[in-house]
Amino acid sequence: MIIPHPLLGPRDAQEFVYLGDACLIDRPDGMAEDSADAFHDYVYMRDNPAGEHRELWYHEQGDRSWLVVTRDTVTHRILRAELASDIARQRGRGR
Amino acid sequence: MRYSIFQVLKEGLTGHRGWRPVWREPTPQAEYDTIIIGGGGHGLATAYTLAKVYGGKRIAVLEKGWIGGGNVGRNTTIVRANYLLDGNQPFYELSLKLWEGLEQDLNYNTMVSQRGILNLYHSDAQRDAYRRRGNAMMLHGSGAELLDREQVREMLPFLNFDNARFPVRGGLLHRRGGTVRHDAVAWGYARAAAALGVDIIQNCAVTGMTIENGRIKGIETTRGPIRAAKVGCAVAGNSSRVMAMAGMRLPVESHVLQAFVTEGLKPVIPNVITFGAGHFYVSQSDKGGLVFGGDIDGYNSYAQRGNLPVIEDVVEGGMALMPMIGRTRLLRGWGGLVDMSMDGSPIIDRTPIKGLYFNGGWCYGGFKATPASGHVFAHLLATDTPHPTAEAYRFDRFRTGRLIDEKGVGAQPNLH
Ligand SMILES: Cc1cc2nc3c(=O)[nH]c(=O)nc-3n(C[C@H](O)[C@H](O)[C@H](O)COP(=O)(O)OP(=O)(O)OC[C@H]3O[C@@H](n4cnc5c(N)ncnc54)[C@H](O)[C@@H]3O)c2cc1C
Repeated sequence: MIIPHPLLGPRDAQEFVYLGDACLIDRPDGMAEDSADAFHDYVYMRDNPAGEHRELWYHEQGDRSWLVVTRDTVTHRILRAELASDIARQRGRGR
Repeated sequence: MRYSIFQVLKEGLTGHRGWRPVWREPTPQAEYDTIIIGGGGHGLATAYTLAKVYGGKRIAVLEKGWIGGGNVGRNTTIVRANYLLDGNQPFYELSLKLWEGLEQDLNYNTMVSQRGILNLYHSDAQRDAYRRRGNAMMLHGSGAELLDREQVREMLPFLNFDNARFPVRGGLLHRRGGTVRHDAVAWGYARAAAALGVDIIQNCAVTGMTIENGRIKGIETTRGPIRAAKVGCAVAGNSSRVMAMAGMRLPVESHVLQAFVTEGLKPVIPNVITFGAGHFYVSQSDKGGLVFGGDIDGYNSYAQRGNLPVIEDVVEGGMALMPMIGRTRLLRGWGGLVDMSMDGSPIIDRTPIKGLYFNGGWCYGGFKATPASGHVFAHLLATDTPHPTAEAYRFDRFRTGRLIDEKGVGAQPNLH
C-alpha cells in the first residue's frame, strides 16, 4: 500500500506504524461524570467497518508525523491522507 | 452411514458406488428454536453439541458462503494448549482433550496428529519465560518439557543453530499439541450435526435482526426472514458487521492473517516448529507441503487477502531458522479475516439483547478452540449461563479490568 503523505508525497506503508481508528483523537474528559463509561468505549470499543475507515498511521521511518488515512478496508484502496494535527485543530484541540 | 474399515473395504470391492452426500441441503424453515449464524468450525461444533449433549431440537446453521470457506478452512491447522494465564489455559486444555476423542465422537477421520509443538528460545530471558509457561501448562495437566540445545539438535538437526543474532538455545516442547486436518473438521461436524437433525443452510447470509422489546425474535436473510427465540453468532472476522445489525459495537478489530504452502516434499519436518525471534512457524502436511505463517498484516481489513511486506517478513524468518527451505517453491498463499479482540482473548457471552449470544474475538488462534468453543457456547445457548470453563470470557472484563492479555500489550489488536 502506498500512502499519499500530505507533505512528503507517496510513501510505502511499511514506513508507517498503524495505531487504529482515528476516533482515538477524541480523548474523553477524565473529569466528567460519565468518564468510566466514556473511557471504556474509547479504549476498547470500535466500529470496525467494512468499507471506508479513518485511521491513524505514524510515519516512524519518515518525518514522524501522525496521519489520518481514509482507506477502504474491503479493497485496501487509500482515498485520502491528512495530517492528524490539522484534524485535531479542526476539532477545537489546541495541538 | 457409519464409517468403518469394513465400509471402506466393502466400497472398495464394489466400485465406491455406495457413498452418499454427508449432509442434506434443506430449504430454510420459517422458524427454528435456535439459529447459529456462521457455518465455520465454531458454529458447526456448537450446533452439534447443542443437539447431542443438550438435546436441542429445530436447530439451523446459516452460512453465507459454503461450509469450510471461512477461517476453518484457511488456518494452519495447529492445535495446542500452551497458554499461560488462568482464564485461558483450562479452556484450551479442555479443547485438547476434546480433540483427542473427536474422531471417535464424530465417526469421522479428521487426521488429529499429536506430533508435538516446539517453541524455540534464543536467549536466557526467553528460556525463563518459557519455563514459567511450561510450569503453568504442567499445573493444568497439559504437559511441557524444556529442551536444551543438544536435545533440540537431536530432534531437528537442520535448524540454523548458530545464527549470529538469534542462536537456537533450546525449546519448550508440548507433546500433545499438533495438527488436525482443518476442512475435515468442518465436514465432520457438519455431517454429525446433520445426522442429529440440524439444518445446515449454505448460501444464506444474515442481513438483519428482528428485535422487539429488547428480545430477539428472528433474523432477516438473503433467503427470507426466519423466526427464532435464540440466536448465536459465530462469524469470526465478520463479528462486528453482524453484531452491528443488533446495534452493538464490539471490542474487536478485523485484520487479515496470511498463510502459505509449498510444493510437496519428502517428510522432513516431524512436528510443529515456531521461531522465537521472528514471525515464522511451520509444519508439514501429509501431502508433503510445508505449511507456514507469521504475523497478521497489522491494519483493519476485510479483504481476505494480504500484502507483500508480510510475505517477505515470514519468508525471512523461515530462511533465518532453516536455510534448507530456500529452494522450495511456494505453491499458494491466502488470507483470512481474523477477529482481533482488544486483549487477544475470546468472548463467549450473552448480550444485552435477550436470546442473542455472541462467540468471537478468536484472533489468529481459534481453530484449536473449535471443540471447546462449541461445547461451552452450546452450554450457554441451552442454559443461559456461562460454562464454568469459559467464565472469564465475558464482555464485562473490559469494564472490570479483568483482561486476559497473554502478551501484555494492552488494547491494541495488531500487537497481540
Ligand atoms: C491464515 C490463518 C491461519 C490460522 N492458523 C491457526 C492455527 O494454526 N491454529 C489455530 O488455532 N487457529 C488458527 N487460525 C484462526 C482460526 O482459523 C479461527 O480463529 C477460527 O477458524 C474461527 O472460527 P470459525 O471456524 O467458526 O470461523 P469461520 O470458518 O471463518 O466461520 C465463520 C463463518 O461465518 C460466515 N458468515 C460471516 N458473516 C455471515 C453472515 N452475515 N451470515 C451468515 N454467515 C456469515 C462466514 O462465511 C464464515 O464461514 C488461523 C486463521 C487464519 C486466517
